[in-house]
Amino acid sequence: MRVTQGCFSFLPDLTDEQISKQVQYALGKGWAVNLEFTDDPHPRNTFWEMWGLPMFDLRDAAGVLMELNECRKVYGDRYIRLSAFDSSHGWESVRLSFIVNRPKVEPGFRLERQETDGRNLRYTTKSYAVDRPEGSRYGGA
Amino acid sequence: MSARTTARLSLARKDHDQPAGRAASRGNSEESAMNESVTIRGKDRYKSGVMEYKKMGYWEPDYVPKDTDIIALFRVTPQDGVDPIEASAAVAGESSTATWTVVWTDRLTAAEKYRAKCYRVDPVPNSPGQYFAYIAYDLDLFENGSIANLSASIIGNVFGFKPLKALRLEDMRLPVAYVKTFQGPATGIVVERERMDKFGRPLLGATVKPKLGLSGRNYGRVVYEALKGGLDFTKDDENINSQPFMHWRERFLYCMEAVNKAQAASGEVKGTYLNVTAGTMEEMYERADFAKQLGSVIVMIDLVIGYTAIQSMAKWARRNDMILHLHRAGHSTYTRQRNHGVSFRVIAKWMRLAGVDHIHAGTVVGKLEGDPATTKGYYDICREDFNPMQLEHGIFFEQNWASLNKLMPVASGGIHAGQMHQLLDHLGEDVVLQFGGGTIGHPMGIEAGATANRVALEAMILARNEGRDYLHEGPEILAKAAMTCTPLKAALETWKNVTFNYESTDMPDYAPTPSVSM
Repeated sequence: MRVTQGCFSFLPDLTDEQISKQVQYALGKGWAVNLEFTDDPHPRNTFWEMWGLPMFDLRDAAGVLMELNECRKVYGDRYIRLSAFDSSHGWESVRLSFIVNRPKVEPGFRLERQETDGRNLRYTTKSYAVDRPEGSRYGGA
Repeated sequence: MSARTTARLSLARKDHDQPAGRAASRGNSEESAMNESVTIRGKDRYKSGVMEYKKMGYWEPDYVPKDTDIIALFRVTPQDGVDPIEASAAVAGESSTATWTVVWTDRLTAAEKYRAKCYRVDPVPNSPGQYFAYIAYDLDLFENGSIANLSASIIGNVFGFKPLKALRLEDMRLPVAYVKTFQGPATGIVVERERMDKFGRPLLGATVKPKLGLSGRNYGRVVYEALKGGLDFTKDDENINSQPFMHWRERFLYCMEAVNKAQAASGEVKGTYLNVTAGTMEEMYERADFAKQLGSVIVMIDLVIGYTAIQSMAKWARRNDMILHLHRAGHSTYTRQRNHGVSFRVIAKWMRLAGVDHIHAGTVVGKLEGDPATTKGYYDICREDFNPMQLEHGIFFEQNWASLNKLMPVASGGIHAGQMHQLLDHLGEDVVLQFGGGTIGHPMGIEAGATANRVALEAMILARNEGRDYLHEGPEILAKAAMTCTPLKAALETWKNVTFNYESTDMPDYAPTPSVSM
């Protein structure tokens, strides 16, 4: 399966050149670019691990790409997402977010159904990857 | 932004022919006599009998509205031979303290404060016989946090008034002091995006079709296919409640199975607007509680349930972490005709106060009414913290929303993937694009229809962010994306010639003209 979180998951994986253009767009808007990675892509896993702090003062896409490639060297077997944060009043949240690295194999999710009262079901989504310990979920770091 | 929005605009009447009439217009010296107050004061004011409204204190051309006043702008069409000033004063009177005759009991009150004051009457450009009447209301006339009370005053009595041929509430200025008495959208655009984990692109939805007749099991199938194919939301239609072919619980149970399956298949948060509209509040709460119990992120109501019911559901939604979708069912009965009713921009303002999170606000390019400039005005009301006066978008007043949550507009009705560049240009990023027929009617099936829309959207956002002139290169961008996406190719082929070009019945009265500096 293919996790389709983020803004561009239905397109072929972006090239570094395409990523760079998106970063430049975000920087042009005055947003801070941030890299995060995880080996638990559950749809409600909000807090991925941060690759350093958001790059508040960085103004050049090349610098972001350098950081991304450093991050890939260490966590290339995991999901990495790039997000752009807008601190302006009334928003103060993410403006753009997309996946820039994926594991080679994405095992996807199991849907567990617990039969309860009447016809009601309690649903739980579980990532197959988290059946293995953290750090060794996609073949190990 | 586009050149259109950055262009400096100055406002000019389309035509300088003033309709004949006795209207006063500020700055118009010929009619300045009518800028004088004719209010009768003292003992004579309260002599029993009938007195013209303009003499009773409802026409006060020197009145300067206070920051805390509510201001309403009406389009007044007096009956032939009726003085437009008197007609406008009558609107002020009947929407505040007046009745048809003088009553002595006024003297037991601070009557001058409570009288609404018409302070300006302008002829409507290009519309002989119609006048814009500006009326100010003291804040004490209204109950905190109640759209029912606000609307009972402003549109409660006056619309059937015999001396008027027609009357339309065009716009309102709501003072910050009043805005702050409302909860506002239960969730708001930013928190909705955070909860859904979707940033940087419009959200995608589809209304399940056919809107009537599907069983719960078949209905859930449509939801599953559409969500798995790439949509963020599916939606019940306005008239899907609980009918013989599908009891509401059947729908909710099968829909949530579909939502959860699609979430697991995609790794994304998904939702389906479960319509909880019912005959009583008790039944609506019961349905909403069941939706919550099943883990839905969103419920839906129809405008026809009424303002108080909407506010109750907004409070419920805030208490229960639920996004609240509003389908504006019925609004065209009073918003569409230009001379009579209530403009949708007023309804949008009321709904932002009332506290819904989604509101259908037009598509421009789809099958339902909406010219681009007027629609832009509606979207600004939903999404901005401050609306400047923009007559060319039908916005007559500055409006400060005082950090009230933002309301996500929804574009629905006759739109398809081939229009993606136009939709993004007209409607921007914070919008739900709903392709019902454009998803379910896809020749390769519902999932393919959903995928076509999602791919078209992502390709267009990518191109826009890269700085391309996506509006003009749109067809090219879509064609290129279709080279690696067969469903998009099929969608573009199927609907390539579908447009809805009809003249709008409602549009701004003021046209932008280029200023000298351009």
